[in-house]
Formats: sequence, C-alpha cells, structure tokens
Amino acid sequence: MVESWWVSTLARGLAFSAPLLLAALGELVAERSGVINLGVEGMMILGALSGFAVADASGNPWLGVMAAAGVGTLAALLHAFFSITLRANTYVSGLALTMVGLGLSGLLGKPFAGRPLAHPLPKLDIPGLSSIPWLGPGLFQGQNALLYLALLAAFLLWYFLYRTRGGITLRSVGENPAAADALGVNVYLVRYLATAFGGAMAGVAGAYLSVAYRPSWTEGMTAGMGWIALAIVIFAAWDPLRAVAAAFLFGAFYHLAYRFQAHLPPEFLKMTPYLFTVLFLVLGALGKSVRLGAPEALGRPYVRGER
Amino acid sequence: MRLVPREQPGPAFVLAVSALAVLLAFAASLVLLALYGASPVEALRVVYQGVLADPRGFAEVLRRAVPLTLAGAGLALAFRAQFWNIGAEGQLLLGAVAASGVALFGPGEGITKLFLMGLAAFVAGGLWAALPAYLKGRLSVNDVITTLMLNYVAIYLVEWLIHGPWKGRSVFGFAYTDRFPASAWLPTWPGTALAWPGVLLAVAFAVFFAWLLFATRLGFEIRVVGENPEAARYAGIRALSTLFWVALLSGGVAGLAGFVEVAGTHHRLLAPLQISLGYGYTAIIVAWLGRNHPLTTLLTGLLIGFVFAAGDVAKVALATPFQLVQVVNGLILFFLIAAEVPIRYRIVWGSDRG
Amino acid sequence: MDGAEASPPSQETPPFLELRSLTKRFPGVVANDRVSLSVRAGEVHALLGENGAGKSTLVSMLYGLLQPDEGEILLAGRRVWIRSPKDALSLGIGLVPQHFLLVKKHTVAENVALGLPGVPFLAPTRGLEVQLRQLGERYGLPVDPRAYVWQLSAGEQQRVEILKVLVRDVRLLILDEPTSVLTPQEARGLFQVLRRMKEEGHAVIFITHKLEEVLEVADRVTVLRRGRVVATLPVAGASRARLARLMVGEEVAPPKAERTRPPGEPLLFVEDLWVKSDRGYFAVKDVNFEVRAGEIVGLAGVAGNGQSELIEALTGLRRPSRGWIRLGERDLTGRDARVYFEAGVAHVPEDRTHRGVVPSLSVAENLILKHYRYPPFARGPLLDRRAVRAFAADTVERYRVVAPSVDAPVRLLSGGNIQKLILARELYARPRLLVAAHPTYGLDVGAAAQVHRLLLAERDRGAAVFLVSEDLEEILALSDRILVIFDGKIVAELSPGEASKERLGLLMAGVAA
Repeated sequence: MVESWWVSTLARGLAFSAPLLLAALGELVAERSGVINLGVEGMMILGALSGFAVADASGNPWLGVMAAAGVGTLAALLHAFFSITLRANTYVSGLALTMVGLGLSGLLGKPFAGRPLAHPLPKLDIPGLSSIPWLGPGLFQGQNALLYLALLAAFLLWYFLYRTRGGITLRSVGENPAAADALGVNVYLVRYLATAFGGAMAGVAGAYLSVAYRPSWTEGMTAGMGWIALAIVIFAAWDPLRAVAAAFLFGAFYHLAYRFQAHLPPEFLKMTPYLFTVLFLVLGALGKSVRLGAPEALGRPYVRGER
Repeated sequence: MRLVPREQPGPAFVLAVSALAVLLAFAASLVLLALYGASPVEALRVVYQGVLADPRGFAEVLRRAVPLTLAGAGLALAFRAQFWNIGAEGQLLLGAVAASGVALFGPGEGITKLFLMGLAAFVAGGLWAALPAYLKGRLSVNDVITTLMLNYVAIYLVEWLIHGPWKGRSVFGFAYTDRFPASAWLPTWPGTALAWPGVLLAVAFAVFFAWLLFATRLGFEIRVVGENPEAARYAGIRALSTLFWVALLSGGVAGLAGFVEVAGTHHRLLAPLQISLGYGYTAIIVAWLGRNHPLTTLLTGLLIGFVFAAGDVAKVALATPFQLVQVVNGLILFFLIAAEVPIRYRIVWGSDRG
Repeated sequence: MDGAEASPPSQETPPFLELRSLTKRFPGVVANDRVSLSVRAGEVHALLGENGAGKSTLVSMLYGLLQPDEGEILLAGRRVWIRSPKDALSLGIGLVPQHFLLVKKHTVAENVALGLPGVPFLAPTRGLEVQLRQLGERYGLPVDPRAYVWQLSAGEQQRVEILKVLVRDVRLLILDEPTSVLTPQEARGLFQVLRRMKEEGHAVIFITHKLEEVLEVADRVTVLRRGRVVATLPVAGASRARLARLMVGEEVAPPKAERTRPPGEPLLFVEDLWVKSDRGYFAVKDVNFEVRAGEIVGLAGVAGNGQSELIEALTGLRRPSRGWIRLGERDLTGRDARVYFEAGVAHVPEDRTHRGVVPSLSVAENLILKHYRYPPFARGPLLDRRAVRAFAADTVERYRVVAPSVDAPVRLLSGGNIQKLILARELYARPRLLVAAHPTYGLDVGAAAQVHRLLLAERDRGAAVFLVSEDLEEILALSDRILVIFDGKIVAELSPGEASKERLGLLMAGVAA
C-alpha cells in the first residue's frame, strides 16, 4: 500500500531525525555566534546518560530531560571557557570534550547499562491534526513530545534569528564581532550564551535517545549522531528551517535504507548514515548557499583591537 | 584579568608548562579514581610495580606506544598542514584490513610477505585519508566530519569482513578470520608481547617526518599551506597536491600501525575494538602534546603508552574499567589546552595599564 | 609650541573635549607622548599627521579601544574614563572608522539597529527605517535602509557608518581617514555633511594626512609627529607649506620619474577580459590594455571597482571567465600562480600580511616563498638551508630590511619592513612584469620613498610595471600612462600630462570627463 509506505517513512524518518535536529539547532546557534563546538557528540552522550539516570531515579522522564539540558550546558560552558576566554584551539577543545564525554559516560554509566526505563517520555497523538491526509498519520500520531519541541524550536529560532533584535545581535557577533563590539555589544557574553544553548540542546538530544527513542542506556549509544548533527548544520547553510529539511531527509533516507536491507548485510545498513553524511557534505559543497552562508567569523576567537 | 601575547616562548618554558599540565591531569585522574571508590595510593603502588619496576611492563608501554607514535607522527604532519585528520582510527583499521588481506590471501613468503603487508597497509590507510583530503582541497568539504565519518565506515567494513566473506573456516561461532600463516607474523622480543620491528618503524617514521618537514620542499609547502593558505596560493603552491601527499603519509603511517597490531599482536583480523583501543583518536593527543613536531611524538607516544599500560594494570588489580584510560587521556588533553594560555600569553591581573 | 591655545579655559565654558598629556606606550615605541588638545562644540578639528604619527592610537583611546598609560580625558570639563566603545557612545562620542565595521550580509537598518538602545525586541528595524530616511535628508546622507551592505559602494557604506553614529545622538564625531575610500567629488559631499553637523552644534575630529582636506574643511588643526603634538593652530592663517613642514619635519623631494631610456615593445596584453568576484557577479568587464617593457602603467580607481579581481587575474590567482592574458608570446590565460611566476610575473599584493607573507615563518623562509622550488635553494626535493640563509642575510642587508635576525618570524617586523621583504623577494627573479598593488599604503615617508625608487629602477631595467593605487599623487608621479577603472571597466586612458587629480577624480566617480 502506497500510503502506509509513505506514512511509515515519514513517521520513522521523523523519529530518527529528532535528535539530529535538536543537536543541530543548538550547534547552529553556537556557530551563528562564531563558535564551533566539535564536542556535540560528547555533550549528547553525557546528556543521554544523565537524562537516563535522573529519569530512572525520579521516575519522571521530564526531569531527566531537564537534567540532560543542564549537563549539556555545563559541558558546553567548559568549551566556551577554553575557546572564548582562553582562546585555545577551538577544534582541539571540542574534540577533548567529545573524548572526555565518551570516556566519562562509559565509566559512570556501567550500573545503568542494559536496564529498561520504567517511565519513558510519552508518545502523543494530536487529535484533529492526525487525520490530515498524507501528513497527519506520520507527523501527528504516536510521535514523541520532544519531536514537536524540536520542530517548534526550529520555527522559533528562525523567527528569532531573522526577525528580532536578539537575532541581529547574535548574527552580527558571528559575522563581524568587531562591529558588534564597537557598538557596545558584549561579544563574549553573546558567545557564551549561544554556546551554552548549543550544549543544552545537545543534552536534550541525548536524552531523546535514552529517555524516549530507545528508553535505556547503552555505552556509546549516540553512535556518531553528534557529528552528523554538525554536518547537518553545514548542509543546512546555518538556517534553522533548512536544518529541519536536512534532518528529515537524513532520517527518511536512513529509514528507506532500512527497508531495503533484506538484500544487504546488516553492516552495510549500519554504514549508511555515515556515508550519507559524507554525501550530504559533498552535495552541500557543490551549492552556493553553503559557501556564502557560513558566518564570517566562524571559529575565530575575538580579541579587541585585532583584525 | 588580561592576556598579553608573548613574543617567543622558550622551549624549556614550553616543556615545563606542558609537563606540569600532564602532572595535573594525572592528579585529577587520581581524584577521579578516589571518587570511583579505588584508593589512589594503591593505584600508584600498582602502577609503579606493574609498569615502571617491571621490564615486561615497560615492554607493554612500548607495545602501546608504537601505534600511538606512528599515527601521532602522521597526525603532526597533517595538523601542520591544517588537514584536520580525525580519521586515524579508520585509517588504522583499513591498514589492518589490507595487511590481513595480504597475509591470508596474498603472495609472498617470509620477509617479502611482511613487506607486502606493510606496503598494502600503508597504501590503504593513505588512500582512506586521501579521499577526505581531496574533498577538502577541491570542494572545501569539512575534513573533521568526513574523516570522522569514515572511521565508522571502516568499523563496519571490518565487521562485515569478519562476519561475512573473511570469517575464518575454523573459528566456529567467533567473528574473526583464520590465523595468519607464521610467515605473516612480526617477531616479538623474547619474553614479551612486543613486536620490536614496530618500534623501529615508529622511530624511523618520526625521524623521517621531522626531516621531511624541515629539510625538504614538500615540508616547506606543508608549513606554508598550514600557516597561511592564501599565501600558499600566492606563492604558486598547489595546495591540492600538498594536501594529497600529507594525507597519504599521515593515513599511511596510521595504516602501518594497523599492520603492526594485526601482524604483531593478534595474528588475525578481528573486531575493530580489539584491534585498536581508540589509538587513532588518542594519537590526536600524542600529536597535540608533541606540539605537532614529529620527533616529539616519540616522547609523547611513550607517555600516552604509559597511560594505556597503567590502565591495563589497574584494570586487573583494581577492577577499574577500561574507560578510565579514555578519561585520563581526555583530561591530559584538556589540561594541555589550558597550558597553551601561559605558553602563549602572559597573564596580567588588573586593568589595561602597563 | 607653534600657535598655542587661543584663550585660557577659565574665562569661557570649557571645551567639549580636552585631552591632557595622554601617553600610550607599546613594546619598544611610545605611540602617543603627552598629547594635549581640545575640541569645541561646533568646530571641525583636524588631526593631521603621517602614517605612524600616532593618530590611530589617539582615536582608539578616545573610543575606549585602548586605555591611556598616563594623562586624562575631560568631557565638558569633567574627567571621564572611557573603558569600552560602549562607554564612549554613552558619553556622546562616536567613531566613523577607516576600515568600516559593518556586517556585510545584513541590511543597512540591521546594522544601525545593532546594539542601539531602545530598539524593540520584535520588528527591530521597522521604526528605524523611517528615522534613517529622515536623518538622511537632514544631513544629506541618502541611503536605502533595506539595502544589503555588500551591495553598497564604499561611499554609501561610509554613510551607513555616519548614520550609525548620528542615530545615537552623539555630540563628538571622530572620522578616521574618511576620504581614503572616496573620490574627490564624494569627499566634497562628505565635507558638506561635516559642515551641516557643525551647524547643528556637533564637535568633529577629522583625522587625515591630506593637507588640502584640512584647509578645506577644518577650523583648527593639530599636527602630530612621531606621537607628539607639534602644533595646534587655526586653519584660517595656515598655509599648505607650513602644514607640510610641521607634518613631515623636513622637506621630502618627490620621486624623480626621469627615465634613462624610452619604453620598449608591448609586453603584457590584456584582451576582452571578464572576471567574476567571489559573489559571482562580473567585477571586471571587457577590459583591454597593454603594458610595454620599461613602462609604468598606473591604474586609478576607487576601492572596490574591480581592481582586486583584475590584479588577481593578472597574477594567476583568479581564473577569468572570458578573454586573454598574454605575456609576450606566451598565453597565460587560466593558468595558476606558479605558471605566472615562472613566466616572469612578480606580484606585490594588496594584503601584505594575509597574502604576501607567512607571519609565523622566518624572514629567510619568507624570502624564498616563491623561489624554494628552484636552484640554488632546491636540490632535487631537498632544500639547501645554507644557500637560503646566505641569500637571506645578503638580501636583508641590501634592501635594508630591519629584522632581529633572518630566523626571526616575520610577524615581528613593521609594515614597512615587511613590504621591503616582499619587494626584495619579488624582484630577485628579475621579473618581466611587476604587478604592484597599493605598494606604499600605510608606510612612512622613508619606506615609501624607497619603494618608489625600486619601482622606478625596475622600469629602467626594462620591466613592465602595472601599478594599482588609490594614492593619486603616487599614480601621477610615477606613471607613464594612467588607466582609470570604474565599475569594472577601463573608462579612460590618459598621459600624465593630460591627467590631474581633479580629472581623475571625476573619471573615478564614473562621470565622463
């Protein structure tokens, strides 16, 4: 049946893309302020572990999500301190965050491994909307609440970036921090806030995995999703709405590959997200928007008086 | 607090600050260990007896240091050229695959076979790195992400081989290949598991890369491309070809590390996590700690090798998980980044005066 | 002191701004040495001095980008501490910087809204657009608030910078070398704006190294030399010659362009050349010209009219979309920088530190940046380090490059010495064509004179020289022929006899003359 095929692609693709979108939106904001954080993977896995641990202990999955956001924020602030205040190499600082995150979560997560979560995040049906033909059943039936949050966040972020005073400030800091500084904008503060937001979103993305998508804790369960989120930011040319499209495309592709797996060894299926990512980046690089969309001060520490 | 740039920090100063950073990272690790419930004093004693006081312990340090130094020296070269190769792990695995292929199905006997295995590993690792380098040079595709993604592809490639076409005929339920013929084994130092030709390879390549960097045209190009790509283009340096050679060499030595692991220790292709304990990622720390100087990676490779060996000893004696090593390494990296600050800047307290 | 303060401060209201013995030191240099001056409301006060005289340092202290080591700043008689641009703005001090601080991807209104108090969170630019139009009319600064900054000409971008300041109700406006990106006609428009501001009671500090501008627009002038105030005097009684003497300290002979032999055969042929900018539009359109051996051809134009793209095309750094570039018999179209270099094209680039040198590498290594591939510096794939060092030691001495040693990183060198190093390197291979972009920009008089002598010597040796500069006096003094570029097209070719600053200015503005 054509429709069920479509519905399941939409539904499963969206479910798979939600953590990517959450993390990508956070990183997008950080990068719009000029800060690259290669620690997304590390912040995500720390978020996944802390989300699971708190949800497990408290019995309230939402508390888990909040804890994940908090832990992600703290981790991101560490990166902010190194890369913004100490002006250390952004790449290395982010990589260190990922390494420590993966190691620490493996170390601290031992007692939680292989245990299902009693109260995962609920799945929602949105009455009314779920009867919309074609879109309704896939989009509004049985999806996780965090997915709607991610979609909502994308639209709000788009509005924030392009239609508000705060958006002008954020974008200006990423494009030309000297110009912002000369007009009294606190460049460091903006970058700290943006980086912290990125961490919170990465933490929530991790919690989506451990509290909602597969309510359990497994070591290394982010499996490179943080890196894929980084790729989505680039492919989306730093635009929140394009990030929605890119994340969904990614999820849908993955789901389609999953459907055709019968003919292929399972290892090839597991490879596909990573191959897609490379492919996405290549396709993005062929277009003009990625080249012109990058914030001009991306990855460059700001020092007053240096040009 | 203000940071005032230093003009030229002296090498002794740099060394002292870096050493202090590493010591602080070790101290932080002991604190972490205490929080985990193990006694730091006991840990120090175990590590001293098991690694430092025991010659076989030192052989273990060397055994870990070989892949770390090989990959690290290559990464030092890559980072000099601003090629952000985070894919040494995958390149190492590809090297292991190629070496295994030659060992199991390839021609040659004795030393010829080993040579062919090493060559195949070098080429495979090099090409695995050359693809992202090409994409970066040609299309400005982000190299951090592509090299990293190819690590995962390499992992599943190995998984597929050992579960599928290369699965050994005599291994029953296990997922690995048949054992290599004896001619494909690297000799080990008597009484230890150390494949000593690996040590020679690591030293040779670290020296060779340092010489390459400072005494050859290619090395000059690498440094110019890395420090100022715009000036490189202006100088008529063809960055794409420089990048290609850097990738080939950097991925190639990572591939060699994979060759040493399978031919020296395991004698078969097996699960990726058993071939490499994250050597490719950890090599980033080796290169960075060595300030991207290939010769220094000889020392920093030993240091991180020590962390691995100490982790092994602690795992047995104190039942600490392997992830401890990862965390210690991550902490070293963090403290090193922080150490960049006193190295590059003088810290001045107070206002803008003076 | 020459021409002291007109009246003691106790008898009238204090001046709007007063600086008392401001001193700022950098490692090895005193950038500002006990600088004192005062600016009144309703006055245009010129700050005159050569490059390196300390004008920028002074401005940075006034705008909170640097803190003085000693001395004090008084505003309307009260001592103030300006720790950041934010402080400066809230005290009513605004800066129009020489290098614009604009976000290119944003609209004019967004640039003005940035950091502006009172802008609503939602729809931040709506009210502002009206306000900008009104201000534009009042001061004669027309600009479309919805235009993107990257679409604007340099003159329009400057208007945005001025509007940014005006919208913040500042009372003291500092303009740092504001005419460096303008045609003479646009500059005159700017002076009208300044007079309007003066009438509205603003105080204006006008920083320049051009004497004519001081005479034309300023009420009083303070002359800086080597970080010190040498004089403050009313413009009314000052003569050009006197200001020049105060500024330079000694008479500097203009470069002598007398030639030892006539130009030879045409060497560089540019035909039907079209070149795209990074943003994908044509920055160079249908350009045709030739340069002869032993001839200096000057290209005059306002920044951003296609010069950068033309230079890059002529040196193999940018592939033309259409047309041909030939050097003698050799077709170089579409080849890369290495081929151009090997064919005998030398290039003194516009952006010294980002393109011309590798700041972290040593003087010696920068000197072989283009020669490392060839003997005697290369022996097969190896570098002959002894040959490199010998060459470097010799060159540094011959070109009088001041450097701690040939092993010192180039980032420790001053701008003038970096430029000498670049010229030494580019001239070593005895090029057939030298493309020099803004070769004396930002250099002090001595270094600039040495660069001019080198360019003339190259001409006399028989090289073709293509000189691109915004300094019209330099173009007029050195060129055998002058081309004018506007909007990517060569709009005129003149002999030095036919050309004058006035006429060039009109042509550069796209007005036929």
